[in-house]
Amino acid sequence: MKKYLLKRILYMALTLFLVATITFFLMKLMPGTPYSNQEKMTPQQIKIMNQQYGLDKPVWLQYIFYIGGMLHGDMGTSFQFSNQPVSYLISSRIGASAQLGVQAMIFGVFFGIIVGSVAAVYRNTWVDTTATIVSIIGKSVPNFVLAVLLQYYISLKLGWFPIADWGGFEYTILPTIALGVGPLAETARFIRTGMVDVLNSDYIELARAKGLNKFGIIYHHALRNSLIPLVTLIGPYTVALMTGSMVIENIFSIPGIGEQYVKSIQTNDYPTIMGVTMLFCFGLVLIILFTDIIYGIIDPRIRLNGNED
Amino acid sequence: MGERILDVKNLQIDFHTYAGEVKAIRNVSFHLDKGETLAIVGESGSGKSVTTKSLMGLLANNAKIVGGSIMYHGEDILKKSEKQMQNIRGKDIAMIFQDPMTSLDPTMKIGRQIAEPLMKHKNVEKKKALAQALEILKLVGIDHAEKRINEYPHQFSGGQRQRIVIAIALVCYPEILIADEPTTALDVTIQAQILDLMKELQQKIETSIIFITHDLGVVAGMADRVAVMYAGQIIEYGSVDEIFYNPQHPYTWGLLNSMPTLSSTDLEAIPGTPPDLLDPPKGDPFAARNPYAMKIDAEEKPPFFKVSDTHFASTWLLHPDAPKITPPDEIVRRQAIFAKMQANAN
Repeated sequence: MKKYLLKRILYMALTLFLVATITFFLMKLMPGTPYSNQEKMTPQQIKIMNQQYGLDKPVWLQYIFYIGGMLHGDMGTSFQFSNQPVSYLISSRIGASAQLGVQAMIFGVFFGIIVGSVAAVYRNTWVDTTATIVSIIGKSVPNFVLAVLLQYYISLKLGWFPIADWGGFEYTILPTIALGVGPLAETARFIRTGMVDVLNSDYIELARAKGLNKFGIIYHHALRNSLIPLVTLIGPYTVALMTGSMVIENIFSIPGIGEQYVKSIQTNDYPTIMGVTMLFCFGLVLIILFTDIIYGIIDPRIRLNGNED
Repeated sequence: MGERILDVKNLQIDFHTYAGEVKAIRNVSFHLDKGETLAIVGESGSGKSVTTKSLMGLLANNAKIVGGSIMYHGEDILKKSEKQMQNIRGKDIAMIFQDPMTSLDPTMKIGRQIAEPLMKHKNVEKKKALAQALEILKLVGIDHAEKRINEYPHQFSGGQRQRIVIAIALVCYPEILIADEPTTALDVTIQAQILDLMKELQQKIETSIIFITHDLGVVAGMADRVAVMYAGQIIEYGSVDEIFYNPQHPYTWGLLNSMPTLSSTDLEAIPGTPPDLLDPPKGDPFAARNPYAMKIDAEEKPPFFKVSDTHFASTWLLHPDAPKITPPDEIVRRQAIFAKMQANAN
């Protein structure tokens, strides 16, 4: 297991390096400069600015400087956001996005599993049809539409939760629901499909022959075996949600990282683009590693193969 | 034989399908005595498995019990609720399934799988249940049971898995054990081991066995009594010697004829296919494939004719007015052996 983990971590480092390299050069291919009012600047001013930010050097040298800085934990300084270090920008904003992402995922997966299981157990009845319709709506209605509806009905009409802004837990509830309905629908769909298969298997019949009741069969035997395809889905989904949903963060005025990411791309804020991309990438490779470990916990057959590797 | 513990009377089961009502079980009656092994023999689709699943209350959703009764300790199983059945299943009536490769939960340690019925039925706490699971695991002949109890199904071979399935079935010392083709998915040497194990455990646990198979060779060594099923009906039943050496129904002849013996050179197949149970024939269901069929076979279903106190067969050939026919050579040979056995017994 140790050897396996070490190997995986090595691959992770390699992946991060490759992503950093490719992103860096692609970013340099983007048209425009980081200066928002370039037409008003004299060539002299531009030259001075370029020198200050190291943009006058050849691209390959900039690349080496950047990677060198990264290795020392220095992600550079943002061009746009009041010249703050990128690491500070990220760390001050990732909290809200991550909390929201994790909450949305827990909400979505938890209720998704329940809806999917119930649909599978009562398949081809009205319960199943209702669950399917709910999943389709959840999957196809964009989350910003849902967000606005929630704001209007739950906050404005009923006044149950704050309409926007970022304060205590009650501020997170509506954005969590808006973000979580997508994963909920997807989870329900996966669990239903997986569980219908599992419920038709011989070991479920054996479980019935043991005299177990319906709940015991679902909880002890069917659920775990239906979870395997879901794990694949959850990992990348979580990263995507944690690193911020730009639109939802905008609608609810949440100081998250999604908004910042989009702004940094629009303004060619190179260090911030790189920083957020690397964060996203790091999250993703980490989650993929966790996913593989979780596979092993859920399915002992995979665990054994992992050990042999 | 001991007291009668199970009495199935006129069981009728239909399956609802898009094509219509399939009459899968048509008036099946049999009984089971304490400590005996009853083999139910028949080809695929003859209704063996459906019959036994109805004993467990495990019929598929589209199955409907149209009539009959299954008396177990004076109560009709068919009238029990799902909740009541859950208390019988795994405790009083347990089942061994056909394919050991798929009948164990791949994500649960086998110890837990064996302990589950104990925890459910005897209110044994987990630790004690696992200790008992270990005992039964040793009993079914798994080596290094202390270590292997914590392993998962994929770490065992097919034969070992079937031993584990047997352990699950027997852990609550059930009164009736239903074995649905327990050796079909295993290779022949393992088959013999599993059959020996079942016989040995039957002695120790004093359980009655209903043994379902399409393999007459397996029946000979296992069963006390045999019921032959065809097209959703029992067409002949008797003691194992009576079925093997004095069979009366042409279908039983066909089955025995298609079984290899030391003296056989060619194996004979039974021509044709079983009737469509969407629209079962009104006479003897075997008539269309029966070289000895008479006119009446197509018209009227034969009743059970008594051959001995324990042996009955449903064929018009046993009617006093039926013409005398000569059964196939193999059957004549067997009947000669039977006559000798009778003479020796007297």
